[in-house]
Parts: sequence; structure tokens; C-alpha cells
Amino acid sequence: MSDSRFVYVTYIRTTPEKLWNALLDPEFTRQYWVGTWQESDWKPGAPWKIMIPDGRIADSGEIIEIEPPRRLVLSWRNEFIPEMREEGYSRMTYELEPVGESVKLTIIHEMDKPGTKFIASVSNGWPHLLSSLKTLLETGESLVETRRWPETM
Amino acid sequence: MDNVFKALADASRRRLLDLLRADNGQTLGRLCEHLDMTRQAATKHLKLLEEANLVVTIWRGREKLHYLNPVPIHEIADRWIGQFERHRLRALDDLKKALEEENDV
Repeated sequence: MSDSRFVYVTYIRTTPEKLWNALLDPEFTRQYWVGTWQESDWKPGAPWKIMIPDGRIADSGEIIEIEPPRRLVLSWRNEFIPEMREEGYSRMTYELEPVGESVKLTIIHEMDKPGTKFIASVSNGWPHLLSSLKTLLETGESLVETRRWPETM
Repeated sequence: MDNVFKALADASRRRLLDLLRADNGQTLGRLCEHLDMTRQAATKHLKLLEEANLVVTIWRGREKLHYLNPVPIHEIADRWIGQFERHRLRALDDLKKALEEENDV
């Protein structure tokens, strides 16, 4: 294979608007995305970053495509782990599609080189985040272990 | 959740998931190279896995690529594994693996 890619799909009982908001709004992301939040003007070409509560930048990139509440494409590079930062930019796509009373959320995270540490690393994180996001939207509370940035990182 | 357990209750389908875990994003043709089953049988198994959301497909050019989607399995784990149990379970699992490896030697 000439690239590394993960594709995740989850169905969440909510509306595309609410899910879109939960993916971007700091109030929401802090609850299920280990205390982090994202900063951007959310326009094509605008810079984008994920902030760690202690002030460091976790990841950064640019908005490539944005079509609320259906599709978002970002360039995405890790900023706080040097060996991953060196691998350069990945590409992350959110697709939201209403299916019955739920929304199908597809996340594609890819890099155009094989066996990258970064894609292996995010592949550990996404299922946990998604599970917590789903729980938050469906029950009003995120999973406890996804509410805080891990102290050892 | 019923369709997840049903999809997992078959050795051939678990084998398909193992193949994708080892090398994610394969075409049907590549998957069939490692399987003792017809293309039609593999297609049927993959369809059940897709319906259970354990396999996701995307098109890249003319190729249909299959990806392991671990999200439903994760949701099952989150339902029954408590937050403080995770570390202990990992330790237990490491111990089991270490001891079983010793036996193999």
C-alpha cells in the first residue's frame, strides 16, 4: 500500500446540525475530546488548531473544504510529538449524512505514505472519542475517561 | 447490537476482520487471495460485516477498498468495561500473553 488510511463510521441518534456543532464547538469538544478545543474561523483556507488545556498546541492545519453541516476536510499535522510532526500533514474528512432518525458520521483520516506513526496513533484515539461523542449526544454525558487531558502526555 | 454479535459469530467473518486488521483497506480480490472460499461467499460475508458496521467501504478510483471499523466493538466494550477496570484488564491480558508465550517455547 502506498498510503495509510483509517475509515470510521458511527451512527448517532441526533441531527446533522447538533452533530456538526458537537464536532466544532469548544463547549462540546472539551467534554469528550480529552479537555481540548479547536480554534479556527472555519472558512476555506483558514488556519485550524487543537489546543491542549496547558496551553500547548496538539495539532494544526488548514480548512480545505467546509460545507456545514455535511462535510469538512482539514489538513492536519501533529505539533507536540516531534517524530510525528516530522511526518508532515495528513488529511481528515468528516462526512455527516442523515439516515432515518440518526446521522451517519464517517471519518476518513489519511496520509499519502505507508506505515505512518501518526495515522497509527490517531487510529487508537478516534474510536474512543467517537464512542464518547455518541454517548454525550444520546445521553447528555460523555464517558468519564475522555473528559480530561491525560497527565502523562 | 444484535447484528454485531451475529456478524462476529462466524469464524470466516472473524478471519476477514483479522485480515483487515493486519492490512487495512484491501480490495475483494486481495482479500480472496488469503481465503479458502469463493468470491461469492466472501462477498456475502463482507455484506453481513458491512450491515453490522464492522466493515466500511470507500471507493478510490475504480477500486472498492474495505476497512475494519472497530467503533461498534468499542461501544460494546464501553458498555460493560468500567473506567477504572481498563488498566487492570490490560495488566491481566499482558500477563496471559507473557505466560502463554513461555509455554510455546
